[in-house]
Amino acid sequence: MLNNRFFSTLFKTLILSLLAVPGMAFAEYGLNMPEGVTPISRDIYGLHMTIFWVCVGIAVLVFGVMIYSMINHRKSKGAVASNFHESTTVELIWTIVPLAILIIIAVPATKVLIDLEDTSKADMTVKITGYQWKWQYEYIDAEGEGISFFSNLSQKSRDGVRDASIRNADDNYLQDVDKRLVLPVDTRVRFLMTSNDVIHSWWVRDFGVKQDANPGFINDSWAYIEKEGVYRGRCTELCGKEHGFMPVVVEVKSKADYAKWVADEKAAAIAAAASGDREWSMDELMTQGAKVYSTNCAACHGVTGAGVPGAFPAMTGSPIVVEPDQIAAHIDIIINGKSGTAMQAFGKQLSDSDIAAVVTYERNAFGNNTGDIVQPAAIKSAR
Amino acid sequence: MATTTTEIEADIHAHDDHHHGPEPGLMRWVKTTNHKDIGYLYLWFAFSMLLIGGAMAMVIRLELLMPGLQFVEPQFFNQMTTMHGLIMVFGAIMPAFVGLANIMIPPMIGGPDMALPRMNNWSFWILPFAGAMLLSTMFMEGGGPAFGWTFYAPLSTTFAPDSTDYFIFAIHMLGFSSIMGAINIIATVMNLRASGMKLMDMPLFVWTWFITAFLLIAAMPVLAGAVTMMLTDRNFGTSFFDAAGGGDPVMFQHIFWFFGHPEVYIMILPAFGIVSQIIPTFARKPLFGYSSMVYATASIAILSFVVWAHHMFLTGMPIAGQMYFMYATILISVPTGVKVFNWVTTMWKGSMSFEIPMMWAVAFVILFTIGGLSGLMLGIVPADIQYHDTYFVVAHFHYVLVTGALFSIIAGVFYWLPKWCGNMFNEKLATIHFWWAVISVNVLFFPMHFLGLAGMPRRIPDYSLQFADFNLIASIGGFAFGLSFILLAYIVVDCIRNGKPVKEARVWESAKGLEWTLPTPAPYHTFTEEPPRELILKESSHTAH
Repeated sequence: MLNNRFFSTLFKTLILSLLAVPGMAFAEYGLNMPEGVTPISRDIYGLHMTIFWVCVGIAVLVFGVMIYSMINHRKSKGAVASNFHESTTVELIWTIVPLAILIIIAVPATKVLIDLEDTSKADMTVKITGYQWKWQYEYIDAEGEGISFFSNLSQKSRDGVRDASIRNADDNYLQDVDKRLVLPVDTRVRFLMTSNDVIHSWWVRDFGVKQDANPGFINDSWAYIEKEGVYRGRCTELCGKEHGFMPVVVEVKSKADYAKWVADEKAAAIAAAASGDREWSMDELMTQGAKVYSTNCAACHGVTGAGVPGAFPAMTGSPIVVEPDQIAAHIDIIINGKSGTAMQAFGKQLSDSDIAAVVTYERNAFGNNTGDIVQPAAIKSAR
Repeated sequence: MATTTTEIEADIHAHDDHHHGPEPGLMRWVKTTNHKDIGYLYLWFAFSMLLIGGAMAMVIRLELLMPGLQFVEPQFFNQMTTMHGLIMVFGAIMPAFVGLANIMIPPMIGGPDMALPRMNNWSFWILPFAGAMLLSTMFMEGGGPAFGWTFYAPLSTTFAPDSTDYFIFAIHMLGFSSIMGAINIIATVMNLRASGMKLMDMPLFVWTWFITAFLLIAAMPVLAGAVTMMLTDRNFGTSFFDAAGGGDPVMFQHIFWFFGHPEVYIMILPAFGIVSQIIPTFARKPLFGYSSMVYATASIAILSFVVWAHHMFLTGMPIAGQMYFMYATILISVPTGVKVFNWVTTMWKGSMSFEIPMMWAVAFVILFTIGGLSGLMLGIVPADIQYHDTYFVVAHFHYVLVTGALFSIIAGVFYWLPKWCGNMFNEKLATIHFWWAVISVNVLFFPMHFLGLAGMPRRIPDYSLQFADFNLIASIGGFAFGLSFILLAYIVVDCIRNGKPVKEARVWESAKGLEWTLPTPAPYHTFTEEPPRELILKESSHTAH
């Protein structure tokens, strides 16, 4: 065998440096999960630490015996092999002792589980719907009732994916959205999770909430957030190509600030409804259409409208986008989607003016240049 | 008279050569029904798939080297994670274990060959075609499967590329191959075992594979059912997994994991067997607690069928289901713990030497235990809420599958290779390779625990900046670990071609077992005469003498 001392030195150097590096360079991120800001997340943290130390204890014991044996019971040290190979007593001990340890772990785990599954007595309910690749939040009851919006990856993060200078200047790269879920502090909030297409999973680590959103079914979970602030999470179930790009951002406000936010939202909704009632100019439609396209369409059909051959159709030269007699079909596919494909029904996601803008944009961008203009009124009548 | 005898002998030899030698040329490998030939084919196939799957892992680690999208597009990244998982599970680990079973089970039980040699040939030769079909999807319009190796519906049905139907048939073929391999192993152990060898005399590698074969026969048809339901959902208008037609996407996960959980034990039980052969040899001491090892293996196998939904704690299961699956899951750690304790006790007060196979076996015990302990943590439902679908899970299953299953295969190859080819490998190079692989694999996978706890989800092509440092470390470890397989290939080929010849039948002085009573290199045909019971007892690696 090769020089053993060399290898043991090498081994030690590498392992020790590996252990030392996290302590210095990663101090700001921590090596462990945070305690979080809800009673459940703290209970989970406590459980996590308990099992962790139990595992460390077992590992130290087993590896300790093993290493002692490997050092002392070597042939090269003149060790003579014993011949024992059976002991019912020993076998019983190491079956029963681990069993007892498991029961000791299982009791607190069961208590926490019962608590976190109890979603009753909620002060308010938010329905969360996963879409490829964004979240919809609907306030079902209480003072925010009726508020509903979509939450997409922020444009800054989207730009940062291909541009290191934007990325490196963005502290919240890939964990920022265009519109945050806003919740009041010290309130028992029930979440209902479902999905419009594939399975997603809504996760905010600081709340101890992670729950799959299944299409056609509703799951629930709850949180009682005790501290104001901005909390960031992610989709954790593979949901297609943009799975890594659908963050969750929750802003927790004081009850007074939350009430103000609710009032602002409701006023904004009335203003938005009015925008569909007037004529829009070509320039207005194109500017708004580019925004809507970038947020809702570009992920599949491509920033340049080229699509992905075999998976997502191109915009450039597509008959439905360029043929003059296909305007109605174009509006229809956006409003109602195409079943059996990834094309969603955007009718309930976008306002009349947004759909009008994106139809106009698609018919005139990407070299299509049809000159067609579609007004919000046309969308209203098509619905 | 003398002339006559010589003539008769010559005649016998001619007769022997005609019937008992391998056919010359390439057709030997196509038409072979010899258990060793087929075993070697399995191993080389597994190794080439390991390199292909490994290359995909390199693409994954390259893209994750730093934040931002530098090298591949998200859709292609998803194809890489999917194909990496499928190829490693169905193309590398499973065929490698079947290969080792093919080569080693007949000599270990004193048999002449596998019981069903023609089916043996067929079950191997399905594999390259199934593998080729699976890989060909990458070149089709719309790309290959990009829905993860667990292919959850509806991402794999309504929202999948057209190539998914090829993927489904490839899975069917791989399943046929596995089931036939399993039937063959059961038939061999039951029928070709030397009559002097009782079931409780069998070496542990034979026992673990015998139990694994039953798992395969029970689990693979469930997978075939799942992909067939996908096929009809995709093409024939059924709605098994579509809520709009009265189906349920979560039912897919139940069916998949009812296969998937036994599958993880299919990939680890034979590993337990290999390690249980190696440790007694180099501790120069009989295996501690042989019968409890057999019972522990059987209990793990039975429990593996009743814990599947611990992969699905977040799908919205009722609380009673979560409790039951949590208790059943952590219960598995008891028989698994028994195994680890037995290995450690086998080493205790032995007279150990650390040849290459023993080093790999020791690395297996330590690193597999780390993976097992993180598995215990994952079994606790409330804690799993924070771990589920993060890099903590990625770290866990790579510790059990890479440093567990794969390390045991490498240990087994180094243990038995001199017996197969009659040459000793270059021990200096093998030592370098061992430390290189063991250090780099930990640099690769250990930081993933931290990444998971810090909140990084699985299967994402890009990540936020706080994950950058650990990903960089993991990627560097990954490239180093990937390179170690080039060295492994060199060591094995060099051993077969230029290795120092080994004359002793017992390649490792303290090795016990019928396989070590055969000459080195192992003859083309294994036992032509049944070994007597006295020899079987004398060669037992688990009873005292």
